[in-house]
Amino acid sequence: MPLKIYPPVMDIYELVGNTPLINLSDYLQNTRIQLFAKAEWFNPGGSIKDRPAREIILAAEKEGKLNHKKRILDATSGNMGIAYTLLGRARGYKVTLCLPENVSPERKRLLKIFGAEIILTDPLESIDGAIMLARRLYQSDPEKFFYADQYSNPANVLAHYKTTGPEIWEQTSGKITHFIAGLGTSGTLMGVGKFLKEKNPHIKLIGIQPDAPLHGIEGLKHMLSALRPSIYQEDFLDEIIYVSTEEAYHMVKRLLQEKSLFVGVSSGAALAGALKLAQTLSEGVIVTVFPDSGHKYLSEAFWED
Amino acid sequence: MAVIVRIPTPLLSLTGGQREVQAEGSTLMDLIEDLERRYPGMKERLCDEEGNLRRFVNFFVNDEDVRFLEGAKTSLKDGDVVSIVPAIAGGLNP
Ligand SMILES: Cc1ncc(COP(=O)(O)O)c(C=O)c1O
Repeated sequence: MPLKIYPPVMDIYELVGNTPLINLSDYLQNTRIQLFAKAEWFNPGGSIKDRPAREIILAAEKEGKLNHKKRILDATSGNMGIAYTLLGRARGYKVTLCLPENVSPERKRLLKIFGAEIILTDPLESIDGAIMLARRLYQSDPEKFFYADQYSNPANVLAHYKTTGPEIWEQTSGKITHFIAGLGTSGTLMGVGKFLKEKNPHIKLIGIQPDAPLHGIEGLKHMLSALRPSIYQEDFLDEIIYVSTEEAYHMVKRLLQEKSLFVGVSSGAALAGALKLAQTLSEGVIVTVFPDSGHKYLSEAFWED
Repeated sequence: MAVIVRIPTPLLSLTGGQREVQAEGSTLMDLIEDLERRYPGMKERLCDEEGNLRRFVNFFVNDEDVRFLEGAKTSLKDGDVVSIVPAIAGGLNP
């Protein structure tokens, strides 16, 4: 008897996307509102960033910007770097990453094991220092690098337009009324938002922002005080909801205690934001995303509080 | 007693863009109180409502994490360099 395996997965690129949608409606008192979160840690690299990394790599190959003489270069605080490194090496690419020195030891270790070259930048300058260095490196040797530039690359938005958006539409049978997500590069919100608004212009888009420039919500950017991603179009959003780091921590712990869901800090911020949004509605179907799991935050102190 | 304080990018708006400022205090908490007098709004960024150092802000005195010293009670002396480092994604762990 020949061995049959269903479905056969030929490479890691096929494992990206098609993540589960988790029903969290019982967090709401109002039974006319439903709340769902997309479990993005099911991606092979462990975060939502596999989606844009895949699209950025494939698009760059197609446009002739990436070939085996070049290294993939970008600034990242972790997840995108992990995604570039895993997906890149599957197609034979080497990766150089600029990251602020204060990214967690777990991330640096993962990146090293996966084979990335990492260049650390001044922790006082946060991700913006890493972005500036990546720009300088690229300018100093444009032949050596493909500068992926997730903050400006339209393929970042396109990934979510092509995958995350349609998945959410199908998983809710087109019933979604509100999409709310944290803003980092803003790729998730811009791409999913564009797809959903085309399907139904009444769907509302809500961005989540840290309530202060100095915050601990990894992955999110305080747009007012930081370098603005050029893919970010604020007027595309219907509303912005602010969340404190402490609120995010609190929700991370609730999800673990009440649902056995082990998520990262920006997922806690997503839930905190979604619950604030729900309080302003009388009915609706809210969808958010949980970008990654708790594994990369083990060294954080808040778990013990 | 003058201590040099290194300011992270997200707080530059409070110091008028200065990356290094001087302040005084015999402990880290005193220093934060003095920073608040010089640059109003600073304390709220660094401490929670109960006055504890925020979990996502790391303080280093001459490169030593105050968590391994005496936290907010860590004593300071003239010429010490205090760095305020955002702890996004954990600690400074080179
Ligand atoms: C953990 C985490 N949450 C949220 C985000 C934000 O997603 P986006 O860049 O699509 O806005 C990121 C992206 O870096 C992330 O790594």
